[in-house]
Amino acid sequence: MSLVLFLMLISTGVLMIFVYEPSPQRAYQSILFMEQEVLFGRLIRGVHYWSANLLIAVAALHMLRVFLTGAFHPPRQSNWIIGLSLLFLILLSGFTGYLLPWDQTSYWAITICTEMLGYMPGIGPTLQRVILGGTEIGSATVINFYALHTIVVPFLLAMLMTWHFWRVRLAGGVVVPRDSGDGPEIGTDYVPFIPNLLVREIAVALILIAFVLVVAIVFGAPLGELANPGVSPNPAKAPWYFLGFQELQLHFHPLFAVFVIPLVVAIAILGVPYLRYDSDLSGNWFLSEKGQRMAAVAAGTALLLTPLWILVDEFVVGPGGWLPGAAPIISDGLLPGGALAAGVVAFYMLLKKFFSASKNETVQALFVLLVVGFTILTVTGVWFRGAGMALVWPWQM
Amino acid sequence: MADVDKTRRSFLSRILSALGALAVLEAGWIAASFLGSRRRQATTGEGDGLQVAGPVERFEAGTVTAFREGEFYLARLKDGGFLALHRKCTHLGCTVPWIPDEQRFTCPCHASAFDIRGDVLNAPAPRALDLFPVRIENGIVKVDTSKPVRRASFESHQVTWV
Repeated sequence: MSLVLFLMLISTGVLMIFVYEPSPQRAYQSILFMEQEVLFGRLIRGVHYWSANLLIAVAALHMLRVFLTGAFHPPRQSNWIIGLSLLFLILLSGFTGYLLPWDQTSYWAITICTEMLGYMPGIGPTLQRVILGGTEIGSATVINFYALHTIVVPFLLAMLMTWHFWRVRLAGGVVVPRDSGDGPEIGTDYVPFIPNLLVREIAVALILIAFVLVVAIVFGAPLGELANPGVSPNPAKAPWYFLGFQELQLHFHPLFAVFVIPLVVAIAILGVPYLRYDSDLSGNWFLSEKGQRMAAVAAGTALLLTPLWILVDEFVVGPGGWLPGAAPIISDGLLPGGALAAGVVAFYMLLKKFFSASKNETVQALFVLLVVGFTILTVTGVWFRGAGMALVWPWQM
Repeated sequence: MADVDKTRRSFLSRILSALGALAVLEAGWIAASFLGSRRRQATTGEGDGLQVAGPVERFEAGTVTAFREGEFYLARLKDGGFLALHRKCTHLGCTVPWIPDEQRFTCPCHASAFDIRGDVLNAPAPRALDLFPVRIENGIVKVDTSKPVRRASFESHQVTWV
C-alpha cells in the first residue's frame, strides 16, 4: 500500500513541478492557477494531498502491526531502524510540502515548527537558521523546502524503501501472524509469486487508487488565504500528524516538549529491538493472553490518565505553572516532566509486581501506553482545541 | 617477501582511503559554502532599521499601538514610559495580537499571554516579549528594529522616559 501511495505521490508531484513556482510572491498564485485554470489541476493536487495523508496513516499502522506481532526481533532488528527512518522521512516530506502552497496555514505551521528547533540546546539556533536560510521565513526558506521536498527526501525515501523491502526478503519474508497456541515453527507451504500474490497485490492497489481518487474528487486539497506574516490565524494548528506534538507544547516548557521528551521517546523506540528479551519469538499478536491483558491495562491507563492530565493542566494548574513564582523551566518543565517520568516508572513497577510478566510483555505494555497516550494527544489537538487553543467540544469549533 | 608485500599493500590502501576521506570532506566543504554564501546574499541589503514612530503626544498612557512594517508594538505604560515590544511570541514565534478589552497580548497558537509590559501572564511562553531599543529625540519616538533584545522578564530600566 505504501509503495502504491508513494508512486502516486511521485507521479502527481512531478506533474505539479511543471506548474508550481517556488517563491513567496508567486507560490500562492501558481497554486491558485493550478486549482482554477489547469485542466485536472484540482484532481492532481487532491490526489497528492490525500495520498500523502494516507501514507502517514498507513506507515504508522504498519509500524504498530510490526511491533505488536514482535516482527522486530532478530534477524529483523535493523529493518526496524530502517522502517523508523522511513517514517521520519515521510513526516519530513509532509512537513516540507506543507510550506509550499504559501497560505496562512502553511506559513504559521512552519513558523511554529522551525521555532521549535531553536529550543534544542547547542545546535538548535544554528539549525533553525540553516533551514530557514535566514532569520525569518522568506524566499530562501521556500527554495530550501522545495529542493528538499521534490528532490532530496524522495530520493532518500526511494533508496531506503528498496533497502527495506530487500531486508524483508533477506529475513525470509514477512512474519506470519499465528494463534498463540501454535508451536514456534509451522511448516509453510510456498506458492508461486505469479499469479498468487501478484493478483492480490494488484487488487489491493486498485482499490486503494480508486479510494484516493474518490476522496480527492470529493474533497480536493485545502487552500487557505494568502500567507500574512502580520496575523496569526486563531487557532493556528499544525497538520494533523503533528498535533499530538503540538498538544505536548501546551503542557511543558519548550525545552522538555521539543527536546527532552521526544529524545527519550525516540531512543526508547529505536532501542526496541536491542533490549535483551526473554524470548525472540515473533508472530503472535500481543505475545500471549497475559500480554493481551497487560496491553489492555496499559491502553486503559493511558485512556484515563492522558485526558485527566490535560484537564488538570487546563483547569487546576494555574497560569504560573506547577509552582507559581519559580523559573518557567522548573515550574513548567522540570516538575511536570519529572512527574511524567515518575508516573511511567511507577506504572512499570506495578506491572512487574502484579503480572510477574516477561520483559517482552512489559515492554509491549509500555509501548501501548505511549501509543495510546500520543493518539489521545493527537485527537485532543484535532477535535478539542478551538480559538486561543482553549478546550472546546468538537461541535463548538 | 610476503610480509613486505602485505605492508606495502596495506600502506597503499590506507593512503587511498585517506585520500578518499579528504575528497569527501572537500566536496562537503564546497557544498556547504555553496549553500552558505547563498544565505549571506539574502540577508544583506537590510537598512539600519531605525523607525520613526511619531510624536510623544500621539500615544496615550496605558495604550498599545501596532506598527506593521517594524513588526513591533509601541506600549505606553500607565506612568508614561515607552516600551517597544517585538510582536513575535517568545514561545514559538506566532504574531501576538493586543486584546484591549483584556489588557493583554494573547498568542493564538499555544495560548501564551503577556501583559502590557510584555511579562508572561500565561505559560508556555518561557520569557517576556523581546524588546526593541526606544529613543526619544525632540519629542519624537524612534525605535531601532534591527535586532530584538531578549530578556527574562520586565525590569524598570528597560523603559524609556520622555
